[in-house]
Amino acid sequence: MWTFLRRRIISSALPLIVVIVGVFALARLTGNPASLYLPLNATEQMRTDFTERNGFDDPLLVQMANYFGGVLRLDFGVSLRTGEPAGEMVLRAFPATLQLAGVTMLLAVVLAVIVGSWAALKPNGIVDRISSFASMAAASIPDFWLAIMGIWVFAITLGWVPTSGVDSPTSWLLPIAVLLMRPFGVLVQIVRGAMVTSLSEPYIKLARSKGASEVRVVSRHALRNAAAPALTVAGDLAVGLINGAVVVESIFGWPGIGKLMIDSILQRDFAVLQAAVLLTAVSIFALNILIDLGYALLDARVRPSDRARKRRVTPAAAQERKLNVQPTR
Amino acid sequence: MSSPLVNPQLPPGGRSVAPPSTEVIALPRSLAATKPGLFHLLLKDRFATAAAVVLLLVGLTALLGPTLMGDLATKQNLSATNQPPFSLAEGWQFILGSDSLGRSMLARLVVATQTTLSVALPAVGISLVIGSLWGVWAGFHRGWRETVSMRIADVIMSFPSLLLAVVVLYVFSPSAANIVLILALTRIPIYLRTARAESAELQSRTFVDAARTFGTKPSAIIRRHVIPVVLPTLLTLATLEFCYVMLAESSLSFLGIGIQPPDVSWGLMVAQGRQYLQTAWWLSLFPGLAIVITTVAANVLAAWLRIATDPAQRWRLTLKHKRKRFIARMPVKEDGR
Repeated sequence: MWTFLRRRIISSALPLIVVIVGVFALARLTGNPASLYLPLNATEQMRTDFTERNGFDDPLLVQMANYFGGVLRLDFGVSLRTGEPAGEMVLRAFPATLQLAGVTMLLAVVLAVIVGSWAALKPNGIVDRISSFASMAAASIPDFWLAIMGIWVFAITLGWVPTSGVDSPTSWLLPIAVLLMRPFGVLVQIVRGAMVTSLSEPYIKLARSKGASEVRVVSRHALRNAAAPALTVAGDLAVGLINGAVVVESIFGWPGIGKLMIDSILQRDFAVLQAAVLLTAVSIFALNILIDLGYALLDARVRPSDRARKRRVTPAAAQERKLNVQPTR
Repeated sequence: MSSPLVNPQLPPGGRSVAPPSTEVIALPRSLAATKPGLFHLLLKDRFATAAAVVLLLVGLTALLGPTLMGDLATKQNLSATNQPPFSLAEGWQFILGSDSLGRSMLARLVVATQTTLSVALPAVGISLVIGSLWGVWAGFHRGWRETVSMRIADVIMSFPSLLLAVVVLYVFSPSAANIVLILALTRIPIYLRTARAESAELQSRTFVDAARTFGTKPSAIIRRHVIPVVLPTLLTLATLEFCYVMLAESSLSFLGIGIQPPDVSWGLMVAQGRQYLQTAWWLSLFPGLAIVITTVAANVLAAWLRIATDPAQRWRLTLKHKRKRFIARMPVKEDGR
C-alpha cells in the first residue's frame, strides 16, 4: 500500500508544481497592479515606491524564489486589496466551497446510484428512457443559465429563497440544486451502464438462485461491482465542481474560493490568486489520491498491496512458496 | 460475428443464408438483404433523426441567418423596448420579444448562433486534429514519446480549465481567436488520451504487425491502418466535446471575458439579460434554451454515433423497436427468474 501511495504521490507532484509555476507566471503577465491600485494622478515616484514595496521590480526568478521560500514557511504574502495575509483569506473562503461541493457531490452520488440502478433493472423500460433523457438534459444545461432561471423563478417570482448570500439555511437550496445538475446527469449514465453490465454477470444469477432478496442482489452484489467506474468519473466531476463553483459562486455571492479567485484575477491580487490556486491544486491532488485508494479498496484486481508484495518476493521466499502448494492469501 | 444474423456487413446475397433459428433476434427481411448505410440507420432512429435535424437547422441558421436578418439585430426601435415575446403587435421580428434597446430578440439570437458556432467548431476541430494525431503517434511508438505525452496531458488536465481560460483571456485581450485557441488547448488532452489508448492497443494487432513485416513506414502504417480504425471513436468524442466547448464559451462570455459586445453570443446574451431579470425574463431565457437544445441534440447524436460506428454493436440499431428489449443484455423479469 505504501509503495503504491509513494509512487502515486510522486507522479502527481509534477502537475502540481507546473500548475503553481504556471499561475505565478501567468499572473505576472496581467500587467502591473500599480496602475489599478494608485489614483490616476499618482506621480512617477509613488508608482515606483508601490512597485518596489511589493517587490514587483525584482526579476521574475527572484520573485518566484521569494514566493516558493514563503510557501515553504506557509507564508503566502499579503493581499494587495485588504492588506490581510493571503493564506488567511483563502483558508477562510475554503470551507464555504468545500461544504457546497461536499453536499452537492454526496447528493449527486446518492441520487445517481438510486436512479441509475432503478433504470438498469429494466433496460429500455419506461424508467430507463425517462432517466436517460433527463440525465442527458441535466448534463447539458449551462450552470450559469440555470442559476439565473432559478433566481428568477424561486427567488424573484415565488420568493421562497433569497437571491444570494449565505444568511439563511434556504439560501443553500439554489446553489446546490444548480451545481447538482451536471454531476448527477453524468453519474446516472455511468451508474446505469455499469449496473446493466454488472447485473448480467453470472454471479448475479448465482446470488438470485441461492435465494438472496432483490434488494440484496442489487445493493450488495451488483452495486459493489459497478461502483469502480462510477468512482473514477465522480472524481473527475468533483474536480469539475471547482470550475462550476467559479461561476455559481459569483452569481449567488457565495463567499467561497471560486469567487475569491475571480475577484483576485480582476483586481490583480497576485498573492491571493496564487494561494487560492495552490490550495485548489493541492486539494485536487489529495482528492485524486483518495480516489485511487478508494478504487483499490473496491476492486481487488487493482489492489496494489498484492502486486507490491509479489514484486518484493525474495528468491528464498519464492522457493518456499513453490514447495508450499497451499496458495497464500 | 460468426452468425450472419448479427452481422451488419451482410453481403447482398445474405438472404440465401439458412433461416434464423431463434425468432427473437431475427432481422427484418428488407434489412437483412441490404447492407445498411449510416444514413439509413439514422433514419431508423427517431431520436437521432430529430437530433440531426435540429443540428442541421442550427447550422443553417448560423450559415444563412445573419444575411437574411440584415441589420435587424442592431437596429434599435426605442418605441418597442422590452416587448414581451409571443406577440405580433410590433411586427414579426418581435415574436421573441425585444431587449432594452428595442432590438429584435429573434434577430439577435440568429446572429449569436453564428458567433457561438464560429467559436465552438474551430476549437473542436483544432483540438481534434492535434490531439488525435499526437495521441496516435504517441501510442504507436510507445516508450518515452508516450510517457512524455501523457505527462503533458496530465499537467493540462489537472489545471482547472476555466481558471486557465480566465487568466489567459485576461492577460491577452478576449478576442474570438484567443477564445478558440485557449479552448482548443485545454481540450487537446481528451483526444490525446483516447487516441493514445486506442493506438497503443492497435499497434500490437496482427494486421499492423503484417504491415510492419512488409517494411511499411510507421507514418504510412499510422495513416493507412491505425487512423481509419480510431477515427469513429474520435469523431464521436468530438461530438460530445462540441457540447463542452459550447458551454465553456458561454460561461466565459457570461463572466465577461469571452465574446465582447458589440458582438453577441448565446452566453453573452444570458449575461446581458441578467440585470433585467425582474422585468424582462425572456432576455435570458431564450438564449439559454438555444444552448440547451443544441447541446442535447449533439448529445443524442453522439450517443447514437457511438453505437452506429461500432461494428460490434451496430446490429442493435437495425432491430425493430419492440425487439430491442430482448436483445439488451440482462433482462431481469424476462429471465424466467
